[in-house]
Order: sequence, then structure tokens, then C-alpha cells
Amino acid sequence: MIQGFIIQMLVTGGIYAMLAVGFALIFGVARMINLAHTSFLMLAAYGMFYSTYRLGLDIIPAIAISLVGTTFIGVVSYKLLIDRIREHQVTVMLVTIALAIVFQECMLLAFAAHFREAPLLVEGFVEIAGVRITNEQLLTLAVVLVVLIGIWALLSKTKLGIAIRATAQDTEIANLMGISVSRILLITMGMATALAAVAGIVVAPLWVVFPYMWSNPLVTVMAIVVLGGLGSVKGSLIGAFIISFVQTAVVFFLPGGAFLNTAFALLVMVIILVVRPEGLFGVVFEEERL
Amino acid sequence: MLRRLFKDFQGDVLAIPGRLIALIFFLFLFILPLITQEPYTLRILILANVFVIFAVSWDFISGYTGQINFGHALFFGVAAYSTALLGKHLGLQPWVTIPIGAIVAVGAGMLMCLPALRLRGPYLSLVTLAFPLILLGVIKAFPDFTGGEHGISGLPALSDSRVVEYYIALPIMIVSVFIMWKLTDAKSALVRTGIILHAIREDEIAARASGINTIRYKMFAFAVGGFFAGIAGGLYAHFLRIAGPSSLDMMLSFQAIIWTVFGGIVSIYGAVVGVYILYPLMEFLRVIPELRILIFAVIVIVILLFMPEGIAVWIRDKIERECPRCKLTNVAWRRTCRACGASLY
Repeated sequence: MIQGFIIQMLVTGGIYAMLAVGFALIFGVARMINLAHTSFLMLAAYGMFYSTYRLGLDIIPAIAISLVGTTFIGVVSYKLLIDRIREHQVTVMLVTIALAIVFQECMLLAFAAHFREAPLLVEGFVEIAGVRITNEQLLTLAVVLVVLIGIWALLSKTKLGIAIRATAQDTEIANLMGISVSRILLITMGMATALAAVAGIVVAPLWVVFPYMWSNPLVTVMAIVVLGGLGSVKGSLIGAFIISFVQTAVVFFLPGGAFLNTAFALLVMVIILVVRPEGLFGVVFEEERL
Repeated sequence: MLRRLFKDFQGDVLAIPGRLIALIFFLFLFILPLITQEPYTLRILILANVFVIFAVSWDFISGYTGQINFGHALFFGVAAYSTALLGKHLGLQPWVTIPIGAIVAVGAGMLMCLPALRLRGPYLSLVTLAFPLILLGVIKAFPDFTGGEHGISGLPALSDSRVVEYYIALPIMIVSVFIMWKLTDAKSALVRTGIILHAIREDEIAARASGINTIRYKMFAFAVGGFFAGIAGGLYAHFLRIAGPSSLDMMLSFQAIIWTVFGGIVSIYGAVVGVYILYPLMEFLRVIPELRILIFAVIVIVILLFMPEGIAVWIRDKIERECPRCKLTNVAWRRTCRACGASLY
């Protein structure tokens, strides 16, 4: 039981971590709350379902199609819609939620409101210390680890990563230093969507795939990002595991926990924010220049 | 005396096209049942009135103080549930339960303020988002008392006749909107709250430096907004005769934001315009049920792309112009200001 709990916690925590890091990146760089973020997870999951069961493709090309397709949709929708209204923060939020609804309705039209699933990426299971762990779960953990290390290396070691962090710190100065801010924003949006798409690809066999699957993770991801400190990648990583610990514990140990897991996660967020108003690792932003 | 009143009326209402349109619109709403008494039309309009109160109260809290509240459904849902519980268990009449529900909603709002007002910007938004969802989890976890997924049904109706219900909802809407509009009127000589709330939104630190207790005014905004949202929730529960978990839904909070931002944030009338355009549109789109929400979302996106400040503000800027010298509002097609004669170009 306790081993199962730990595995479950690590898997959900890893998935949330990928989502939260993307959300934190796009918030940190573009100062926009992207409420359509988890709908890209939904799109990628549907991409897996469609390309394997409907088109009959193998796993590898299916992954490529959903990853590239989702990232493309994300970048295009950013370029077409959000880029021109970036100064109006509330309007941006509204447009992204409307975008999420558009995606949801398109999926409803295309695939109806049935619960779908994607085929397992890998079969079989291994037995470690007397508990069965499916290879799928192990693969998910491995993917999470690789992706997160990749993102960390990209952000801290490469020129592009430094440009992204510079833009996040101060857009105007970054612009003056010869960084093309609009290109950085586009690349960040692409990275964030790709992260959400990877999360979607690995959850497609684990979670049920249906058009409304984006709304619950969205709330959880926002809770994670806020309690970790908005815009802080490290904070969202740690926050993801705190929240997944709470949620899994509630589901495992409380009667009726399935109804209460979001409530408990949010309660933890509220408590942490009362103690530390800027989140665990948040920096108190200076007043933004106008 | 009467002549003076008429003069004021002429200067403050007839000379400003936006207000003239509002007046004609409200008069039209009053005589509407003379034209049609079709229950379905009236039902849509009653619900639109309820949602106008709801959206305007969101604008009051979030637009004016800049505290973007993602959990406005909390007030609505708390009031709906408390009126429902009171009506069901104590058998009280709607005119008792709705104000009590609204006061309970104010209490919930104060509770939300405790953590929320320590936070700023997106942190505040996301904490407020949490509250209705926490409550929703609690409601679903204790179905015996709260009815769980099905909610509490069988409440007393507002009235037996649709027309009477319409004439209950309409004046409540107009009075609530008028009170909130007056409280936020920055030019008013009577109430100072308007200009203080504007100051808090523009620069909270400067407002505090000028000796304004910003926390108190933000709490005031939450209390007033929560009260009116609570009235909307109570009306909604008694009109539909059911209080269900959908009244705490995240989508309802976002609906309030969609309506308000669509019409124009920080303007009160923007929220009214937004609801009166979008809500009937949603109902009309029921003829094509599978495309309904898609079309709705696309319309919202397209309008906001071209008028990011909202449709009502866009129209207002087309028909009204502020005098650069005396700050009086003029019709856009006048060449000189109607009061001081300064050129408007």
C-alpha cells in the first residue's frame, strides 16, 4: 500500500511538474496567465488517441504527430491572438479561457463526449520490493526526469536559456541588450506548449481522455504555481510534489477523498500563501515599470 | 423646484448620449411585458437581470479595486445555498431568505478577505479561485445535508406569475446597478468611495501614502460586491427553485469575467451591456446546440481582439467626448463644449 502510494505520488507529481514548469515559464517571461495551458495537454492526449486508434499509426510517429501538432497550434494561437492584446492582462486571461473552450468544443464535435483512452506506450510490469510497478509508470517517471533535466540545462547552460531568463527579469533591458523579445516570447510559448504536450502524451494511457479533462488539472497547476511562487521554476517543481502528495494522500486515506482532493490541495495553497504571501520561492517583484 | 430638477435631468442625462441610451433601454425593459408576455422571453430576461447584478458586482470588486477575483461564484453559491436551506428547512418566504442569503455571502466574502487581502495580483486571483472549489468539494462530500450533485430543489417560487417575477427582478436589478454605479462614480460630490477605489486601482502605495486605509476600502468593496452577488444568487435560486453545485462552478466565475470584460471592465454599464448581449445570444444559439458554445467563444475572442477594452467602452468612445478643459462629457459630434465653449478638437 505504502509503496503504491509513493509510486502514485511520484507519477502524478511528475506530470504536474511538467505542466507547472511550462505554466511558470510563460508567466515569468510574458507575464500572462495562460488559462489554455492544460487544454494543450488535452489536445495532445486526443492526438495520441486519434493517430493510434483511428489512423492506425505506430507509437513513435503518433508521439511525433501529437507533439509537433500541439506545439504548432500553441505557437500559432499565440501569434494570432494573444500577441496583439498583450498589454491588456485581463483580456489575455479571457482570450485564453475562451481558447480553451474552443478547443474543448472542437474535440466534442470531433470525438463526442465519450471517455477515450490511448494504448499503453509500453507493456508489462516489474516487481520491486514486492510491489508491481507497470512499465508505463516507470516510463512516465523517466520521461519526466529527462524533460525536466533538459529544461534545466536549456535554461541555465545555453545562450537561448540566458536570453529567456533575461527577458523574464526585465523585458525592456533585455530588448536594449539586443534580445528579440517577441522571438523569445514565441519560443517560450512553444516550449511551454511542448511541455504540456509531453505531459498529455504520457497521461493519455493513464488518465481517461475526454473533452473536459483540462479543467481539473488547470486548477491544480495554478495552485502549484502559486504556492511555489509565480514564475519560479524551482518553486513549481517542489510545489508539484507537495500538491501531488496531498492529493494522493487524500485519495488513499480519506473516505470520499476523490471529491475532496482538489479542495485539500487548494486549502494547502491558501495556508501556504497566508504564511508566505509570495509563495515558497517567489521573489517579490519590484513595481513593474510602465 | 420642479424646473430645476428638469434642468438637472436635461444636463446630466439628456445631453450625454450614453446615459440617454441607458434611460431609453431601462424604460423599454419596463414596458416590455406590454408587448410580449411569452414566458420563455421573460424567463431569459429575468435571468439576464439576475446575471447583470452578478456581473456588475464583479466589476465593482475587481474592476474598480484591481483585485481580479476568480472566485466570484462563491458569493452567488453561498447565497443560493443559504437561501435554499432557509427556505426548505424553516419554510421562510423569499423576501426574508434573499437578504439573509446576501448577508451570509458578505460573511463568506469577509472570510475570503482574510487571506486574500494580504496578497496581490495573480496570487489574489488564484486564492479567490480556490474558495468556491473548496466549498464545492465539501458540498459533494456531504450529500445528506447539501443534496450533493443534485442540489436542493423545491424552493418556493418568487411568484406564481412570470410577469410579476419579471417586475420583481427588474427593479432590484436597476436599483442595485444604480447603487453600485453611484458608489463608483469618481466625479460624485456626494460619495467619496468612487475616487478612492479608482486611486487604489491606479496606485495602491500612493493611495496609502495619501492617508487612505486601503485594506478597509478593499474590504468595503468585497462586502458591497458580495452583498449584491448574494442577492443575485438568492434570486437565481428562488427563480429556478433549485440551488445546485453549478452555482459554485468555476465556469460561473469566469462567466462573470467574460460578460464584464466583453462589455468593458471598470465601467459598470459595460457589465450590463455584456450580459444583455451575450446571455440572450447564448439562449438564441440553442437552435444549433452542438455549435453553441463554440460560436460563443469565437465571438468573445473576435470582439476582444478588435476592441480589447470592451464593446461598451468602444461605443462610448465613439459617441462621447470629454471636454479637455472642464472635463464635462459631450456628444462626440459637437464642435465646442456645451458648458465652457472650449473647442473639442
